[in-house]
Amino acid sequence: MAAVAPRIRANSRALLHWCRRNPVTAFGFGIIIGLGILGLLAPLVAPYDPYALNPANRMRPPSWDHLFGTGIFGEDIFSRVLYGIRIDFGIGLGAVAFGLVAGSSVGVFAGYYGGKIDEVLMRLMDIVAAFPGFILAMAIAGVLGPSIPNLIIAIAFVNVPVYARLSRSRFLVIRSSLYAMAARGVGASDMRILAWHLLPNSLAPIFVQSTLQCGWAILDAAGLSFIGLGVHLPTPEWGVMIGLGAPRIISGQWWISFFPGLAIAITVMGFNLIGDGLQDLLDPKRW
Amino acid sequence: MTDSLLEVAGLGKRYPVRSGVFGFRELVAADEVSLSVKAGETLALVGESGSGKSTVGRCILRLETPSGGRVRLDGKEITELPESEVRKLRPQMQMVYQEPLESLNPRHPVGKLVAEPLFLHGIVPKSDIKRRVVELFRLVGLGEEHVGRYPHALSGGQQQRVGIARALASNPRLLVLDEPTSALDVSVEAQILNLLKDLQEKLKLAYLFISHDLAVVSMLADRVAVLYLGQIVETGPTRDVLFNSYHPYTRALVSATPVDHPRQKKRRISLSGEPTSPIDPPANCRLVPRCPFAQPVCSKVEAELASVDAHRSTRCVRFQREHRNGIWNPSE
Amino acid sequence: MDLPGIAASSEKAHSPQGLEQARESEEILRVEELRVEFHFPDSKVVVLAGIDLDVSMGEIVGIVGESGSGKSVTALSIIGLLRPPGVVTGGRVLFCGENLLDLGADEMRAVRGERISMIFQNPRASLNPVFSVGKVLREVLRLHSGLRGAAARSRAIELLSDVGLPDPETVLARYPHQLSGGMAQRAMIALALASSPQLLLADEPSTALDVTIQYQIIQLLSRLRKDRNLAQIVITHNLGVIAELCDRVAVMYAGTIVEEAPVGQIFDETRHPYTKGLLAARARTEGAGELESIPGQVPDMRNRPAGCAFHPRCAFATGICRTATPILEMSGARHKVACHRWKELA
Repeated sequence: MAAVAPRIRANSRALLHWCRRNPVTAFGFGIIIGLGILGLLAPLVAPYDPYALNPANRMRPPSWDHLFGTGIFGEDIFSRVLYGIRIDFGIGLGAVAFGLVAGSSVGVFAGYYGGKIDEVLMRLMDIVAAFPGFILAMAIAGVLGPSIPNLIIAIAFVNVPVYARLSRSRFLVIRSSLYAMAARGVGASDMRILAWHLLPNSLAPIFVQSTLQCGWAILDAAGLSFIGLGVHLPTPEWGVMIGLGAPRIISGQWWISFFPGLAIAITVMGFNLIGDGLQDLLDPKRW
Repeated sequence: MTDSLLEVAGLGKRYPVRSGVFGFRELVAADEVSLSVKAGETLALVGESGSGKSTVGRCILRLETPSGGRVRLDGKEITELPESEVRKLRPQMQMVYQEPLESLNPRHPVGKLVAEPLFLHGIVPKSDIKRRVVELFRLVGLGEEHVGRYPHALSGGQQQRVGIARALASNPRLLVLDEPTSALDVSVEAQILNLLKDLQEKLKLAYLFISHDLAVVSMLADRVAVLYLGQIVETGPTRDVLFNSYHPYTRALVSATPVDHPRQKKRRISLSGEPTSPIDPPANCRLVPRCPFAQPVCSKVEAELASVDAHRSTRCVRFQREHRNGIWNPSE
Repeated sequence: MDLPGIAASSEKAHSPQGLEQARESEEILRVEELRVEFHFPDSKVVVLAGIDLDVSMGEIVGIVGESGSGKSVTALSIIGLLRPPGVVTGGRVLFCGENLLDLGADEMRAVRGERISMIFQNPRASLNPVFSVGKVLREVLRLHSGLRGAAARSRAIELLSDVGLPDPETVLARYPHQLSGGMAQRAMIALALASSPQLLLADEPSTALDVTIQYQIIQLLSRLRKDRNLAQIVITHNLGVIAELCDRVAVMYAGTIVEEAPVGQIFDETRHPYTKGLLAARARTEGAGELESIPGQVPDMRNRPAGCAFHPRCAFATGICRTATPILEMSGARHKVACHRWKELA
């Protein structure tokens, strides 16, 4: 037990060293982890109930009482942006998780069996990818009806071809690698080669892609909600909030949509910074 | 030759290659390759790039499926066996690869890679795996401290030692060594070659040693089979083949190998032109386009691998017709 | 190795002592105390710790060493192609009396194009895949000798047949991927000769090639020395190539030259334990049996041993070898060695 403290100290020193060498990636991680913590602690941090309306205090500009000002029903924008982290991160991560699992299953399946199955599956993916992503998501969300789970499904579905293609090509490259052959040579079964040799080596680029995709998924979610196909009022979702405040920008109440917009921008940037740096981080040659 | 551990007869491997928009042609990587290796013996398979030497090795171990021919391991026919049956035989026949780093999965510590065959085939009880891995590391000249390292954190020589340890884990009787030292530095190459020699003596291993380097071959091999464009053109005891070659290709190969010492004089025989493509190779003798001794007869009759005496055989048409007691001087 | 067959005597001709003396006056390149470091974000690593080397007209100097010995870095520094993290931190590279390290980028480019050329290990990768051989050659000829049109074409054909490419006219129209390794290396050499350089640097010119093709390239380089009086530095790890081709040899280990001598002396009067080790470690067609390997590994540049860099692997190392770095000193008329104990061990 006594050895734990020095190990923690050594680890934190290594972490500090890493941060100094990869300041941009560390900044990205900082943003996302920071936002994540704020979201989790929203009930403690938020000064007001995000659903509380205060008609007497409508459309007030940012002040010490209301850091981000108040909205058209007198709701506190700051508290709603904080609670929005939970909703938007949830939708983004959910959509990516679904898309990732479905897409890479399709890709690995197609790559493993090859031939007709590969051909049919990948042409299907091509068809899905041929539609502009957002419009397809709009159509799906429209058909399924507005709700958070449906929003996740719509965004995940649009991303399936991305993961399918990536995992298939990665899979094919690694399958023809010398170490896959060497594994067969020592008597490993196909399933074992797949699980122990190929999977760990295909995950890195897919992780990178998913991180980048997280940002886009949040943007899509906000977009769909903005046009009314996603989450509904009074849920504190950033897209909905922007939609609510958009008509008021001309009349000077910019803060209603500005702060949720800023939250989206920072989040997307954070995920993109991580994605760029992750490639490097997951390279086994660095361990 | 009933005492052979490995017997290969008429092994062939052809790949279709796209040519033009619709056409397909055949790349002949191995053609009617027959060879045998006894327990404890080293047979070198010598050839240049495109000779199909690696393909032969992979086909024997069923890492590729041969297009024809038979492979027998210890008298047991393995050519027709399904993959699941072959897997049960894999412990007996293992391979060491040319590029040690690429043959090791970069995501796992090398100790785990060496342990893999141990538990896949239940070679030792689970509780003994760790101990056995360390034992194997010691056997190939590595220490316990290397067990937890990742492949890229080791030097080229150490990586190849791991490759050898992994191959030895399942107590094989046959090792196919595919240019195991050609990616290594000179001083490290010597270490690995010595290690392979010691291991063979200690474990009574049979080696099929694939190489392009005659100097290395002369040091390790008991017998040599020279491969040119997928065909064996000459076989025999190493010293006989290298110092009294029958086939013009072997002569050219020996003559092109750099001298050992600046004062050493060598007779030079050079092959004219560029290497012939293994796609649709010449019908009869495949060396004809480059052979300095070729005569019209060489492209007219089939060049067959024929025995010259009890130990040696060659595929040269002119040699077979003109030699007297194994002596043939074509430049006369 | 008595082979019945065509007797073509070895191309390798050892010049009599008198001729070698005469050549010394025609010194074309002199490298003095060349130091190179790799500057990484968190550290500086010494890659060349003071290299001295000279080459005369019509002489082939071999640099032999294992990976990481700094032999390629030496060539790249001479020709000004060293890229970050590599930085030349000291010394001089005198080419015909002029210090190349003082030249600006444009002047250096002119020297590189016209007076010093370099060929590499992997010829196909060093040719641009989208241009045909003819296009590249004509471009080089236009830049260096102002040749255009038919004149450039006939000169290109001449160069290609000079390097022994059969049917040079068809080769002109070929792209790098349509050439075999040997043909591509010949094309590279033709390209390097297009500007009639005085010095050719060849970095492992035959390593990626098959033995029979390797021998053709050795013959070609040897012929260029004879026909054009071309000075060459040939970098290789293969002592056989050295024995076939070179007049003089520098043996490198961990960023220093440990021994330098005419090729015959390197093989017969070996002084440095590392050179002895290398010679004993290589497999030879003539001598079967156990090889004497050098124990241990080639050192990592980041952890260069103190004192003589070879001492951890040297059977003869004593106290002084661990602390003091030996300097390259004359041990004979033309023989230099960097070893504290060479006299005792001789």
